[in-house]
Amino acid sequence: MRQDTKITDNVAKEFPLLARKQITFLDSASTSQKPISVITAERRFYETSNANVHRGIYKLSAEATKLYEQAHKKVAALVNCDPEEVIFTRNATESINLVMYSYGRQQLKKERKKDNIVTSMLEHHSNFVPWQQLCAHRQAELRVIDIDSDGNLDMKHAEKLIDDNTKIVAITHVSNALGTIVDIKRIIRLAHKKRAITVIDASQSVPHMKVDFKKLDADFIAFSGHKMLGPTGIGVLVGKKALLNSMQPFLYGGDMISSVTVKETTWNELPWKFEAGTPNIAGAVGLATAVEYMQKVGINKIEQHEEELAQYALKSLKSISDITIIGNPAKRAGIISFNVDKIHPHDIASILDTEDICIRAGHHCCQPLMKKLNLTATCRISFHIYNTKDDIDKLCAGIKKAQQVFK
Amino acid sequence: MTHSKDSLDSISAKTVSTFDGISADQMYREHILDHYKNPRNQGTLKDALHSHEDNPLCGDEIDMYIEIKDNKIKNISFTSEGCAISQASASMLTEYVKGKDIEKIAALSRESMQELLGIDVTAMRVKCMMLPLKAVKMIVFRQMGKQKENERMIEGEL
Repeated sequence: MRQDTKITDNVAKEFPLLARKQITFLDSASTSQKPISVITAERRFYETSNANVHRGIYKLSAEATKLYEQAHKKVAALVNCDPEEVIFTRNATESINLVMYSYGRQQLKKERKKDNIVTSMLEHHSNFVPWQQLCAHRQAELRVIDIDSDGNLDMKHAEKLIDDNTKIVAITHVSNALGTIVDIKRIIRLAHKKRAITVIDASQSVPHMKVDFKKLDADFIAFSGHKMLGPTGIGVLVGKKALLNSMQPFLYGGDMISSVTVKETTWNELPWKFEAGTPNIAGAVGLATAVEYMQKVGINKIEQHEEELAQYALKSLKSISDITIIGNPAKRAGIISFNVDKIHPHDIASILDTEDICIRAGHHCCQPLMKKLNLTATCRISFHIYNTKDDIDKLCAGIKKAQQVFK
Repeated sequence: MTHSKDSLDSISAKTVSTFDGISADQMYREHILDHYKNPRNQGTLKDALHSHEDNPLCGDEIDMYIEIKDNKIKNISFTSEGCAISQASASMLTEYVKGKDIEKIAALSRESMQELLGIDVTAMRVKCMMLPLKAVKMIVFRQMGKQKENERMIEGEL
């Protein structure tokens, strides 16, 4: 039974891997597939525009520089911020670590001893471990906002934990394990009331829904290119200009300087101050093309499409016996975790793999959350624009087959 | 939405499968499912040598209990949590090693496990299959005083 919406009919053809391989790819929260335009843009850059940026006098370098700077502008337009506020990193993990090293270490003082950082039970390790380690080094307290039984962030607990000694509030926008969409606007308001800054892990939101940096009033948001149809090896940190200007650089070296003498160095302007060394220029070009692609499809359409798929998947999964959906968040993105009675997630994933259906099975880099839920692992499916209801039908047939094998 | 200018023309339309030749039936053979559902040698042993191993990536965990006498495995049991492959592997391995010389156990390899289980496992599942052997070898190496091997195994080399 094929009930594809109009967009997906054309879209699947634009992703070479999906067009060539007969696979059902349901693991986009891990990494997304890439449209041909992104792959071509990277290749074309190397074929026609390759030179280092901000260095050469010659035309080719000027062209590469222009493309690289344009990529910052395109990302800025996507999330509504100034291009100077867009820093290219390797991935969201590096973006968050940049804030931890350049802002966190500067702001948290060992001698004060009562500072705290607030994070949540929903975090991916990448927005948890950096803060845990910073707290350990600075003798600060790590506070973890709890979740309710449906997998929503406990807002009352958040109000209690965020206090006058809170320096940083690090929260995910969308849970990569349960699919919960967190009311981060409310968290950001709470944090600002206590004059704490906010670090939002937007890895699972920017690729799928409209995220407006200015409207949210977030201080930092971090996301990865490879989850938003772009290449691996390029990620983004968006930060408020005033904060970025007040921070020390993260990495020292070429391009991030304004002038260097034997005695001292002054820093380049934003965002280059935070982009030391030759950057991933081709990756930036690829990412800019991915942004264009998402905008061409329409961010709202992507969100709507995934919401439809999630509803369809929930209904389909619930119709199979002995399946437990993990979490029932008030607002859900295109991510669903589930378990099948008496069958380990790895066995489910292995049997689905024999049908060329790719799902994730494991702890999803969320061990504190898994422990809280009293689980060691779950099965997880997640979508992007190229997924169809047909994929979900195949998934359900595969699960039934696994149940047959284990009967 | 219109098609992008970059069509797939340059790429052959031939469909390629990711299928690696291992079917569900091949991996989840009847004897594997039997050992999974009715594990042999399950439980703890008092005053026995003990090891604990886990596979942090998937959450498989195992506790191994071994009694050694005259360099032979006199008794063995395990408790564990995990997937069918790791559970069946533990059940079959404990059956196999009982009464055997520890020198022989120390020499067991990935190939021997594959042979013992009599199935093909996909690359991503090798760790599940090997976890019980790792737990057994921890105890055996300790007993044999092979500190170096022990350390290397902890570092994940063996």
